[in-house]
Amino acid sequence: MIFVIELLVSFFLVVGAFFALAGSIGSFRLPDFFSRLHGPTKSTTLGVGGMAIASAIYFSFHGEGISFHEVLITLFLFITAPVSAHFLAKAALHQRLHENKAALPPACEKETGPHE
Amino acid sequence: MPAYQKSPIPGNRWLPHPLMTLVLVIIWLFLVNTVTFGHLLLGTLLGIAIPWFTNRFWPERPKIAKPFLLFRFFFITFVTDVIVANITVVRLFLQPDISRLRPRFIEIPLDTQDPMVITILASVISLTPGTVSAEVSEDRQTLIVHGLDVADEKLAVQTIKTRYEAPLKEIFSC
Amino acid sequence: MLSIAIPVAFALLTAAQLLNLYRLLKGPSLLDRILALDTMYIDAIAMFILMGVYFHSAVYFEAALIISVMGFIGTVATSKFLMRGDILE
Repeated sequence: MIFVIELLVSFFLVVGAFFALAGSIGSFRLPDFFSRLHGPTKSTTLGVGGMAIASAIYFSFHGEGISFHEVLITLFLFITAPVSAHFLAKAALHQRLHENKAALPPACEKETGPHE
Repeated sequence: MPAYQKSPIPGNRWLPHPLMTLVLVIIWLFLVNTVTFGHLLLGTLLGIAIPWFTNRFWPERPKIAKPFLLFRFFFITFVTDVIVANITVVRLFLQPDISRLRPRFIEIPLDTQDPMVITILASVISLTPGTVSAEVSEDRQTLIVHGLDVADEKLAVQTIKTRYEAPLKEIFSC
Repeated sequence: MLSIAIPVAFALLTAAQLLNLYRLLKGPSLLDRILALDTMYIDAIAMFILMGVYFHSAVYFEAALIISVMGFIGTVATSKFLMRGDILE
């Protein structure tokens, strides 16, 4: 394989894995649930998306013909990550998981309302 | 004004969502990973059949007033912001003293009540600088966002409004 | 080059999975566990992609795509269940 392509694939793989690890470190270290939500939604998504693109580049130059179906995984992850984060945040607000209620905006209090 | 009425792309009873048909054909070609005439035909068949059968779930079509602006927003603003946001967030995660973070909720007053624009705005906010959208208030007036490290609330709201909401409003013209 | 990059990426992902596993076992709340499980799904996709590159096989792509779909549906269903006490309304 061409050296430049190999370098590019290696770079994307290692940087993607590093971003995935950083997301997990974030969810490991941070103190409250809403802060932990930031790690998986942003870092892990970008990291795994980058690794899928690395795989697409690798198979395009190494297999038979151009391979681009890995881009589908990237696209799917980028569409679904905000949705699942939004669902988790909504559920957390509903369960009143927030530790410091004083930091909540009034509209939020109204939203979560009395627990049914 | 609802953003759904007349789309510049024509659509009728047999082809209710032309844009969705196009996207489905492209996704099908991506999935089978080859571009042959047979798969193009099968993709077109699926692209016509799926919107036709699911038409009941999407009675309106989104109106994209400025497609060029959408491309610019997606490929320049969005992609660079996602990468910059991740480098910032990773630096916040890896800093030695984690208690220096100032996580808090911020409220963003919305200028539009269009569900499509709010959905895209919330998703973009979730993927960009240190913020995750948590909740839309019942009357669609405010978006509640959780920031990981908010120094200045006013500045954060201002940035989101000018950088993401204004272009989205222009693209969907509402 | 790749013979170094792939083991390094595997090591980083394994560390990430162990941290997720810690969060999954420790909690403290149920939503933390769901979030950890969601992250584990996404990291599993990354591992499958890496396996595909390592064994030079396109078979792993299908598995990765199915895991991504199933993981998303699982996360949405469980958080919806916690929110409403019901998945379909």
